[in-house]
Amino acid sequence: MSLFGIRGIHVPHRKNTAGMSPIRFCDVKEVILPTVQHIGAPAKPVVKVGDVVAVGDLVAEAGGFVSSPIYAPVSGTVKKIEDFLLSNGSYAPAIVIESDREMRVSDRITPPDVHDFDSFITAVGKSGLVGLGGAGFPTHVKLAVKDPSKIDAVILNGAECEPYITSDTVTMTEHAADIAEGITLLRRYLGVKKVIVAIEKNKPAAIRKMQELAASNPIVNVKILPSVYPQGGEKVLIYNTVGRIVPEGKLPLDVGVIVLNVTSLAFIARYIKTGMPLVEKCVTVDGSAVAAPKNVIVPIGTPMKDVFAFCGGFCAAPKKILYGGPMMGIAVPNAEQPILKNTNAILAFDEKDAVLPRETNCLHCGKCQSTCPLRLNPPAIADALARGDGKLLYDLRVNLCMECGACAFVCPARRQLVQRHKLAKGVLKKYQTELAQKKEEQSRG
Amino acid sequence: MDNQNLIVSVSPHIRTARSTRSLMLEVIFALLPAAAVGVVFFGLYALALLLSTTAAAVLFEYLYNRLTKKPLTIGDCSAALTGLLLAMNLPATTPIWQAVLGAAIAIVIVKMLFGGLGYNFANPAITARIILMIAFTDSVGAAVFPRGVDLVSTATPLAELKTGSMPSVSLLDLFLGRCGGALGETCALALLIGGVYLIARKIITWHTPVAFIGTVFLGSYLRTGTIEGALAYTLSGGLFLGAFFMATDYVTTPSTKWGRTIFGFGCGLLTLLIRFYGAYPEGVSFSILLMNILTPYIEHWTLERPRGGVAHE
Repeated sequence: MSLFGIRGIHVPHRKNTAGMSPIRFCDVKEVILPTVQHIGAPAKPVVKVGDVVAVGDLVAEAGGFVSSPIYAPVSGTVKKIEDFLLSNGSYAPAIVIESDREMRVSDRITPPDVHDFDSFITAVGKSGLVGLGGAGFPTHVKLAVKDPSKIDAVILNGAECEPYITSDTVTMTEHAADIAEGITLLRRYLGVKKVIVAIEKNKPAAIRKMQELAASNPIVNVKILPSVYPQGGEKVLIYNTVGRIVPEGKLPLDVGVIVLNVTSLAFIARYIKTGMPLVEKCVTVDGSAVAAPKNVIVPIGTPMKDVFAFCGGFCAAPKKILYGGPMMGIAVPNAEQPILKNTNAILAFDEKDAVLPRETNCLHCGKCQSTCPLRLNPPAIADALARGDGKLLYDLRVNLCMECGACAFVCPARRQLVQRHKLAKGVLKKYQTELAQKKEEQSRG
Repeated sequence: MDNQNLIVSVSPHIRTARSTRSLMLEVIFALLPAAAVGVVFFGLYALALLLSTTAAAVLFEYLYNRLTKKPLTIGDCSAALTGLLLAMNLPATTPIWQAVLGAAIAIVIVKMLFGGLGYNFANPAITARIILMIAFTDSVGAAVFPRGVDLVSTATPLAELKTGSMPSVSLLDLFLGRCGGALGETCALALLIGGVYLIARKIITWHTPVAFIGTVFLGSYLRTGTIEGALAYTLSGGLFLGAFFMATDYVTTPSTKWGRTIFGFGCGLLTLLIRFYGAYPEGVSFSILLMNILTPYIEHWTLERPRGGVAHE
């Protein structure tokens, strides 16, 4: 910590649903399962239109090692397999299953045979698990470390620094036993010697539960962190927990740590015990347009509009609907979008909260720079972007930006800094591609 | 369910309540104690000067916006702040037409012609004040004293210090503002209250004012050899107004903490040099303007390296 104060911002917490036990919602008419719900290759459908499936049946297999299979979250009939417009503007095939509303569980569900490292990784891969904190990176890829002795510590991410979202808090308060079981698995199969549960201090109930867990397990430590956004960002969390900086282009493992979301770990434990793959998600439903905010356990693929309807519908006309929290969440074009594996919240805002203020000139106040956890320089990046200067963007390391949005949040001129950083990354990529081509030509000629 | 009109925008979807306008209003608020003291000490004409200069600054920005067919920017309140700061930097007897001309110089020439708020490289109020001081030596360069001050001498404290003697007013009078000087610069106490408010509200950081005032204090101590002498130099002239309200202007000063420290130190050093060796008794305005010019370089030298960034080939 420097003489000049700590980094990060204080965002409004708005954890309205903290302490609300999740309510199960399964009366869904149909589910939409895009084959892209993770980082990596799309899953490949293995069912045909007309096939009858039960909860937990495989409907799409992993399209490679860095990919993840998809299972039927409801029992019913495959109605169609067709391209679906995703929230990022691209199309991907999606399997639509019409529910028979019976939620019949597949008789193929049996606990996986796990006895060593390889079978553990295989099982996690088969479970369909992707990073539930939001990134959606297939968890088995993260855990498949070549040399597990390099892992000094596993950091369990329970920071949950985004406003509104409480689904990880629910995991910590209501499924502490699953987390404990998951830690045992990590120790048994990965030889993990130290587990640090990192929680922001605005979650006292979760901290208590995790401290109880630590008291009975000597390899577990609880690290209470200040409630400063973006505490839960992987690099930020690693620095604030073990004081290590992950260098550009390197992975957390290169500094000896693995970061796992608490809910992901709890799921692994449940899967190894029961064999039920990832078919449902606990999501926080909140926002100024939602009549009765709740935590809801829903089948993956349930259209958002059904989940909102379950939460009393809208109390004001929704003008913006988000996947995830207000700092990093993705605004969707319509409420037909389904709950995905990595959805931890859906938020709907009324007009007042949805309309962003007009952008004005940069004041040069430096608040964005002094806030950036990665010490980037948003005004300089904006200038370089305006000039299309790829070389300068390369020097400014815009590629490091994790798009946490802290800079744009504090900007008094309301500048769209994250948007510029996204665009700047595109310019940088183009510059790097051209540079590589030029080098290749030179070496050939 | 009506999904037709959903707004799709890039995150983040929430913003802090603090805007350009609210920042400017808070700085204006923080200036009010010193402005009020100026009116009490110098009389109602000072109030007229404050109001007319502020109104003129807003009017010139409005006219510029209309003439150039650009969106109105007077709502951000930065023009009002510039006008207020300009008036506080002028002697309380300045003819109103000269002050209004100064507002035109500050807003039109120094700010709007460079692209408006955020693009001007020099502090508008300070630049206009310097131009007026050079153009109207008799009125704007004049030493003006509060009503009821027992005039032992007709020189301002800084002019007296220049001759090598201590000011004829006490240090307490210097602190409270019962001495000669510009309308809003004399009362160090009121300016300190405003400055501490801005720091407490995290609108400015302590680096510039502490470095600026600290450098002047230390340098004066080295020259005079006494704490009293150092305090006399520190409490006289426009140091507090400059250090808290003008050397901290976002647009024209560095945005990094070390940059602000260097900026404050540089301002302090230049102020000392002008006060000790220059032709003018006061050097705060000149020093800030000169450091404004160095700002891009200071900024460049003090930028932090991205965390985790590795050297590229």
